This record gives sequence, structure tokens and C-alpha cells, in this order.
Amino acid sequence: MKTTKLLMSMVIATTLFFVGCKPKDAAIQAAIQAKEAAGITVAVTKGEVTLTGEVDDEATKAKAAEIAKAEKGVKSVINNLTVKPTDVPVVIAEDPTLIKNVADATKDFPTVKAEVKDGVVLLTGEIKKASLITLMQHLSALKPKKIDNKLTVK
Amino acid sequence: MALADKYKALTDAATAAGIADLAVREQDGVLYIDGTAADGATKDHLWEVYNQIDPNFTSGDLVLNVNVAIDAAVTHAKVITESSNLNIRKGPGTDQPIVGKAAHGEVITLVNRSNDLWWLVRTNDGEEGYCYAQYLEAQS
Repeated sequence: MKTTKLLMSMVIATTLFFVGCKPKDAAIQAAIQAKEAAGITVAVTKGEVTLTGEVDDEATKAKAAEIAKAEKGVKSVINNLTVKPTDVPVVIAEDPTLIKNVADATKDFPTVKAEVKDGVVLLTGEIKKASLITLMQHLSALKPKKIDNKLTVK
Repeated sequence: MALADKYKALTDAATAAGIADLAVREQDGVLYIDGTAADGATKDHLWEVYNQIDPNFTSGDLVLNVNVAIDAAVTHAKVITESSNLNIRKGPGTDQPIVGKAAHGEVITLVNRSNDLWWLVRTNDGEEGYCYAQYLEAQS
């Protein structure tokens, strides 16, 4: 009898131990999820938190991990959040710089006339087809706003 | 993003060619494509694709700024003018006095490439000055 009782109590204890984890994880998950920003998904397994989703910047990513770590019962945090790639802004050269650089780039094309205004390079005159691609390559590297090509191609 | 559609073949080619730091944005009716190509042939290929989409580049709706990556260890460059000699100037700019010339096809020493447009070079005769970088091809 004694042995059976002991076994029974052990079974119950073990069951409670295993089942006990689940509600605890769920509670931690709910608590962290409520504090995290939108777009962040929180998963908790045996006190180990995994963060997934996409955030705007590194600071938000770091803060999300701190929030998770601060929660009671959390053993560790796996931060799998990704940072949204930001678009590189379009850089357009200032007119004085552009005017000087366009003059340098077009110097070897005597039949080409170039004017610069508000970042727009206006090309007039004529050019050989073979030289056009070279000229365009040179000008495109100078960060113009636009290349207005009115050249007559011979 | 009508321009992105118009130049889709070009951006696809750029992606396929493994252009580094590729950035494609549309702003005020112009599409800007920036990036770095592994070599000159890749850059030229993209320009051919561009020329097919917009023959003779007359639309004025694209700025294709793809430069060729240069290994920091590269020390020499070849003069790739069409046929003429390349001027070597005292400073970076065509307003600067000419201090020497490098022949078409000549391989010269690169001293400094901190200026994107004008590279500081030295000829085999020891003349030192600035050359227009577009007429120099780095030698690997």
C-alpha cells in the first residue's frame, strides 16, 4: 500500500511539474506580448523567450529584448527581430560642384554643349553614337538630378 | 512606379549581375539606380540594357550611377582614352594647369584615389598629378 501511495504521489507530482510549465509560459507570453510594440511576435517555451517580426530600427530591436528580459520568470531571450532595410536617399550634387564636374566631363566632347540648372544637365549639340554612352556614363557619376539629353546622334 | 516597370529589365540585370549596394528609387519622375559593379564589363552590360530600353538615352528619366569596385591593393591603371593622350594636371579639375601627359594604353602608377573623379597618378617618367578617373582602368 505504502509503495502504491508513494508511486501515486510521485505520478501526481510529476504531472503537476510538467503541466505546471505550460500556464506559466502562457502567462509570461501574454504579459510580454502586451508590452511589446505591434509587429513583434512573442513565443515562450520553458521560460525561454523568442522574439520574431520586423521593426523599424536597431534601437527598437534592443528595447524589445529588454522588455522581454525584465519579465519575471524569463530565463533567456532569443532576439530574432529583423530591422527593416532603409532606402538609401537620392543624393543630388549642388549646382556649383555639378557645373565644375560637368565641365570636366564634357571637355573631351567639343561638339557637346552642357548647361546645368537646379541639378538638371541639359545637353545640346551633336555627338557620335559610340561616344554617347561614354559621355552618359561620365555624367551619371556626377550625381545630377536629371540628364536632359537633346543631343543629335550622328 | 511606372518607371520601375519601364526599367525592370535593367534592375533585373543589375540584380542578376550581383551589383553591390544596389539602390533603386523613384523621385520627381526620375529613377535613380546606384550600386557597385564587380568589373567594367558588368557596368557596360547594364548600359547596353539601358540603351535598349531607352535608345540614345533621350527620355531623361533615369540616372544610372553604377561604379566599378576597385580593390584597395590595386596600384596601377591603364589609360583608356579613345585614342588621345591623357592630361595630367596639377590639381583635380580641368581648370588646373597640365603638368604632363600619359599615352593611350599606357599603364601608370596610382598614388591616391581619395577623390572619386580625379585620381592622383605617377607616370613612368616620374611626373605626378591628377587624371580624370573615367579615363583610367584599374589593373588587377
